[in-house]
Amino acid sequence: MSNSSTSGVGSVGAQPVPARPSTMDAEISLRVDGEVRRLTVDTRTTLLDLLRERLGNTSPKKGCDHGQCGACTVLLDGERALTCLALAVAYDGAEITTADGLAPEGELHPVQQAFLDRDAFQCGYCTPGQICSAVGVLDEVGRGWPSHVTEDLTADVSVDTALTHDEVAERMSGNLCRCAAYVNIVPAVQQAGGVQA
Amino acid sequence: MTDLLEPRAIGRDLVRRDGVAKVRGTATYAYETPVDRPAYAFPVQATVARGRVTAMDTTAAEALDGVLVVLTPFTAERLASTEDREYAVLQSDEVAFRGQLVGVVVAETSELARQAADSVVVTYDERPHDTELSVDRDDLYRPDALGDGAESDTSEGDVAAAMAAAEVTLEHTYSTAMYHNNPLEPHATTALWDGGQLVLWDSTQGVHPDRAAVCEVFGLAEDQVRVVCPYVGGGFGAKGEPHANVMLATMAARAVPGRPVKLALTRQQMFTLAGYRTPTIQQVQLAADHRGRLQAIAIDVVEQTSRVKEFAEQTGVPTRMMYASPNRRTTHRLAALDVPVNSWMRAPGECPGMFGPEVALDELAETLGIDPIQLRIRNEPEVDPETGKPWSSRHLVECLREGAQRFGWADRPPPRHRDGDWLVGTGVASSVYPTQRMAQSTAIVRYEDGRYVAEIGAADLGTGTWTTLPQIAADALGVPVEDVEVRIGDTRYPIASVAGGSSGMNTWGSAVVEAARTFREKFGRDPADGDEAENSVDQAAQDEDHAPYAFGAQFAEVRVHADTGELRVPRLLGVFAAGRIINPRTARSQFVGGMTMGLSMALHENSVWDDRIGQVANHDLAEYHITVNADVGDVQAHWLDEHDPYVNAMGTKGIGEIGIVGTAAAVVNAVHRATGVRVRHLPVTLDKLLADLP
Repeated sequence: MSNSSTSGVGSVGAQPVPARPSTMDAEISLRVDGEVRRLTVDTRTTLLDLLRERLGNTSPKKGCDHGQCGACTVLLDGERALTCLALAVAYDGAEITTADGLAPEGELHPVQQAFLDRDAFQCGYCTPGQICSAVGVLDEVGRGWPSHVTEDLTADVSVDTALTHDEVAERMSGNLCRCAAYVNIVPAVQQAGGVQA
Repeated sequence: MTDLLEPRAIGRDLVRRDGVAKVRGTATYAYETPVDRPAYAFPVQATVARGRVTAMDTTAAEALDGVLVVLTPFTAERLASTEDREYAVLQSDEVAFRGQLVGVVVAETSELARQAADSVVVTYDERPHDTELSVDRDDLYRPDALGDGAESDTSEGDVAAAMAAAEVTLEHTYSTAMYHNNPLEPHATTALWDGGQLVLWDSTQGVHPDRAAVCEVFGLAEDQVRVVCPYVGGGFGAKGEPHANVMLATMAARAVPGRPVKLALTRQQMFTLAGYRTPTIQQVQLAADHRGRLQAIAIDVVEQTSRVKEFAEQTGVPTRMMYASPNRRTTHRLAALDVPVNSWMRAPGECPGMFGPEVALDELAETLGIDPIQLRIRNEPEVDPETGKPWSSRHLVECLREGAQRFGWADRPPPRHRDGDWLVGTGVASSVYPTQRMAQSTAIVRYEDGRYVAEIGAADLGTGTWTTLPQIAADALGVPVEDVEVRIGDTRYPIASVAGGSSGMNTWGSAVVEAARTFREKFGRDPADGDEAENSVDQAAQDEDHAPYAFGAQFAEVRVHADTGELRVPRLLGVFAAGRIINPRTARSQFVGGMTMGLSMALHENSVWDDRIGQVANHDLAEYHITVNADVGDVQAHWLDEHDPYVNAMGTKGIGEIGIVGTAAAVVNAVHRATGVRVRHLPVTLDKLLADLP
């Protein structure tokens, strides 16, 4: 028994798609790891692909391209953000810091040093995203942001209350690590935050 | 018997040499290789589960400005070898599974390549597909050999008679889910075909095996192909053998000579093109006397393979050697289905195969009223039950005892212990993994600018090779580790075996030791600049008289919410006897990582198969759940100081896989202790607990 069917790939139906203008371009300017970059981008280009494929900055990684793994995390205007979910054209004028821009060459940011000290990674692919996320976490704690597991939302959030194991694990849970370095990532973040782990 | 190297650098807690590059993100993975004028490839995949491609309309794709080439089964080059049907990409109009490669687009940008691939219209003659795994199928067959080369069935004594005669028997069916390896770095290649030479910057667990496969498929000589891979963003078996994406990237590059082509699978594509672990159905039988001495142990396994390429996961294999019993049987039956190609995933065989039996033992212990640790100790075999050979070393009992002491097993809460709203329980299971060394690997040792350099095409998947191989070389040469540099991950270096089967360090380390010995014999302690020596694994010296395995014991504490069934695992503790540990820092990360992946298997992982369309329904990281940071509590790995003189000159047994073996059983056993609910089908989701909570 067999039947005959026609189907396209992805969302395309049975009929050939008429050719359309292949791209729409826009000019944008970004500051990436301290350097101003001006470029013309396809408006479909994500910040992640712009960094990796246009600017040759492969510190942020592509693990899922759907905002599900966190490997593409950078600091975007100071806050942690997923670059795979951000269209570059919408971020004209933005300031981006990748893990490679956290410290001058030859030096390490305290979070990077803590990841090294605690062996908080294996394959290294999620690591730049984890590190940018951790820098974001420490900043959020410093600004008094509670998390999903913060018990008393009326109390002040401080390093003492917000860098417990459960708090750090919760705050870092947007960053997947398939090698499962989690038990080392938590103390690394605590160490960088000045808490004895 | 081997004289073990005297450990000076071996055993030291050294920070990863590739650590700074990894924390900055400057370590370059395959897709990231800086090349001039890269082009980008995007695959076209079949949207039927079985059938024939009758036509492909590429007009719209080719009309796009910036599209360089579109390849289809009707236009692609003919390959030199199509013997391996997984690798025979675009060679036929047959569709064997949904998601199979039916085309590829190469374009100037990645956005354009994807758009063009979406514009290709494929017409199919669709046929009914058959993708349902079941023990009731009438076409299950016995494979000629298992994935590790072992025989498919074994039988000793008479299990049926023992089951009929025994004081206590147990017979249950257990199952493990379909799992996808999901390394964080997608399978990716940068490929350049230029002047009859091919360079592949590929994400692979072995540059030399990768090259051999590509040479075979494309009919190229080895000196025409270079494979480079200094860093791998995780593999877990999925990059152990190349998959079809590597052949597609190579084909795409050959279609645009002189242009480097980048191809990375999307996360969704990885669920059909990058291998996975078959679901397993395990029918387990145990017979015992009232003291718990096993009279029979049997496991009959049903699992699946793709019709495209057979892979028979060796799920029953650990049952052949783990415990003593006069009557024993293991069988494997396969269903050949219209499904993607399954392959290696961390501890193929042992990982799923130590689930059913280790839960069954816990059930037997409960029936008999014997402590589950005692039950295992009572069935400790003096020699390998499968081969009759003495163990090279076996310290399972010591692992169980030390683990019990460290975990606080003696003070474990009683069954169905309640702490507020939470039910608390603890469980235990054993771990095992065979100690393997591959037959072929070669290293060069050279004295260069006042330092020693060791070169071998080995891989570091995060396992620590960049750091640990120098430790071995340093002790083999008798020099400080700081004076040794290693160069790995390139076919320009001598041949290395795959980083698989936990064999990497056993094999490459042996080659380095042999090369270092030859170097010292030739050049003494005071070599001249440029002096170099090469040598290989000495297979003739490999001990064949002992059964070499690593063992371990894993303990879990679980808390189950009495009202909602929410399941938490605050503690995992493992003790391993896995030979000598080269670097405690990287070793601990491997053990803990394996155990945490085992936790993931216990609680979360499950590729949900939709039989109607022949596809994994939850094919992304939002819906295929793996453990996240908040799922993980206190995970501890400890090891015994084990000296095994039979395995290799380093005394290593391999540690990349044993950590995932047994974890899920320990968790399930703890869940039973906490709730009284026995879950025999992974994962332990709360719907399986809710109805029967006390």
